[in-house]
Amino acid sequence: MYNFASGPLVWIAFIVFVGGMVYQFVTLLRSAKKDKVIYPYMSAKYGLRSLLHWLIPFATTNMRLRYETTIVTFAFHLCLILVPIFLTAHVAMVSFGWGAKWGTLSDGAADWLTILVVLAAVFFLVRRWMLPEVRFVTNPSDYLLLAIAAAPFITGFMAHKQWFDYETMVVIHMISGAVMLMAIPFTRLSHMLFFPFTRAYMGSEFGAVRHVKDW
Amino acid sequence: MGSPAMKLPELPIVGDPGLDENAKNLTPERIAEVINRVIDRETAARFRVYMNTCVHCGLCSDACHWFLSNDRDPRFSPVGKVKQTVWEMLRKKGRVDPDFIKDCSRIAQTECNMCRRCSMYCQVGIDVAYMLLTVRRICHELEMVPQFMQDTVNSHAVTLNQMWVKQDEWIDTLQWQEEEAKSEVVTARIPLDKEGADIFYSVIAPEPKILAQLIGNMAQIMAVAKIDWTMPSFDGWDNSNMAMYSGDFETMGRVERAHHEAALKLKVKRIVMGECGHAFRGAVYDGPKWLGWLEPPVPVIHAVDFYHELITSGRIKIAKKFDEPVTVQEPCNIVRGRGLGAKLREIIHATCSDFRPPEPSFEHNYCCGAGGGVINCGPPWKTSRVKGNSVKAEQLAATKAHIIITPCHNCHSGIEDIISGYKLGMHVKFFSEILMETMEIPDELRAE
Repeated sequence: MYNFASGPLVWIAFIVFVGGMVYQFVTLLRSAKKDKVIYPYMSAKYGLRSLLHWLIPFATTNMRLRYETTIVTFAFHLCLILVPIFLTAHVAMVSFGWGAKWGTLSDGAADWLTILVVLAAVFFLVRRWMLPEVRFVTNPSDYLLLAIAAAPFITGFMAHKQWFDYETMVVIHMISGAVMLMAIPFTRLSHMLFFPFTRAYMGSEFGAVRHVKDW
Repeated sequence: MGSPAMKLPELPIVGDPGLDENAKNLTPERIAEVINRVIDRETAARFRVYMNTCVHCGLCSDACHWFLSNDRDPRFSPVGKVKQTVWEMLRKKGRVDPDFIKDCSRIAQTECNMCRRCSMYCQVGIDVAYMLLTVRRICHELEMVPQFMQDTVNSHAVTLNQMWVKQDEWIDTLQWQEEEAKSEVVTARIPLDKEGADIFYSVIAPEPKILAQLIGNMAQIMAVAKIDWTMPSFDGWDNSNMAMYSGDFETMGRVERAHHEAALKLKVKRIVMGECGHAFRGAVYDGPKWLGWLEPPVPVIHAVDFYHELITSGRIKIAKKFDEPVTVQEPCNIVRGRGLGAKLREIIHATCSDFRPPEPSFEHNYCCGAGGGVINCGPPWKTSRVKGNSVKAEQLAATKAHIIITPCHNCHSGIEDIISGYKLGMHVKFFSEILMETMEIPDELRAE
């Protein structure tokens, strides 16, 4: 099982992830052609201007309305992407297989950032329960997506700390990581891919056509 | 865990024959056919991506005056409205019942102003108003449009103007207003069908129908500013377009085409549109988009832009500033929709000595609650419309102004309803009315 999870499963996950992203991207470009307004209105200048504002914490009005949500959201997304890439154990595996190497996080930092991701996920969960406007629009799929995103971090942390049986935990961790990667292109986690485009389109319409900012 | 567990108070039931009677003609097969047809054939990347990108975070809620004014009731948040309409339609693959479509029409037609404030609050840039406009399109295809709104659209379809104004009435009204204007400014004229004029001035049909003096005012302003202008005696003079908001895009396209073709027939250099927001949106964005034009064939500017030109170029001089405390209702379709906020402030500062800025302002301003065709849904929906905008009443009251300048017809009527509904004791004026009180009329032009 360990051999499958650390070998073929990783390949399958990455192929599905990359293939799925390419598929979604090509489909997006095609259906954008059918949606007659997109290409004519899309503007690099205004699209990037909007994107930049929405990528800087507190640069938009809505981000300043809820400081805690903004901080947690940024921390969650940053760590979600950076921790797996710069984790010593991950880099060591890639380096062992392919020889490629890059900088790594210290174990202590990785631990804390992982805890941060898990706490942020708890925050999102509590937010879903507590705020009526979020609870009203919450589907079971929202819990599932949150679980898919948080699971690799929870299980990775548990494996690293050698809680329960190490080998089982590592296998569960690898499976949960693979599930997350494969889920990204085909669930609403695809906002990872679509966000720059939806934001850039809105920025273009607001900037180039309506002559105002959209933040 | 999810929404079914939420207990929310019953909403008052509003009777509207356009929905109640027409719902009786619906069959599940027809509903499913229309929903699937509109979603499959008339939507593409935006609709699909918006559905796949929304993470149900609810962060758009604080943008919506309906949500804020209804005690943060989640049914009124932008994403809450999408959930109650689009999500259900897709989840059930169009197999929904007539009562559901009735709710959809209520939500999309009467509880969303298409003001697009939520697009500025959504983290990922989802155009919620577009999603709800798609719901309106579906409701229109199912003939489930509030009765007053549909009557207005019928007028557009039959007469190419919003208020069943006949050609002889139109010409007669202009002649009457020319007489009125001449009694103030001797050179005031309303030139009809003047080919090659610099400007075609277009208005919405309620002006000749119930607010004719506004056309007379414009004739005086044009005369003092010595503008070469004209109005058509034929169809195309009305720049309003409620079909754009009812989901009847075919009629919307005909109306917009007639407006632009009138300008082309008259060979004018540009169109100046009166103080109306939705009409501007129709002429500049929605109409051209539907007709396949990136830009209107003849340049179009809004009255605020035009007044700004007249004042800053010195064609109109201000004799004495208006000294009562004023504030402004910044219309969504020209401020959030065209960035005219700064020019609007400049012309107010040029003409008024005591300006009280509203908060929030500019593109973050709250909608008047009447726009997006909501006021055109008529008296049955007035109570919910006024209740749905208490934040506007609070915002206006906080300015302590006496006069609210509203360069938009929908805003004008909507704000009047807010004033009376919340007993604010304020008054509404178009900018042209302020200009009429403050502009200098040279002695040689002044009638005896």
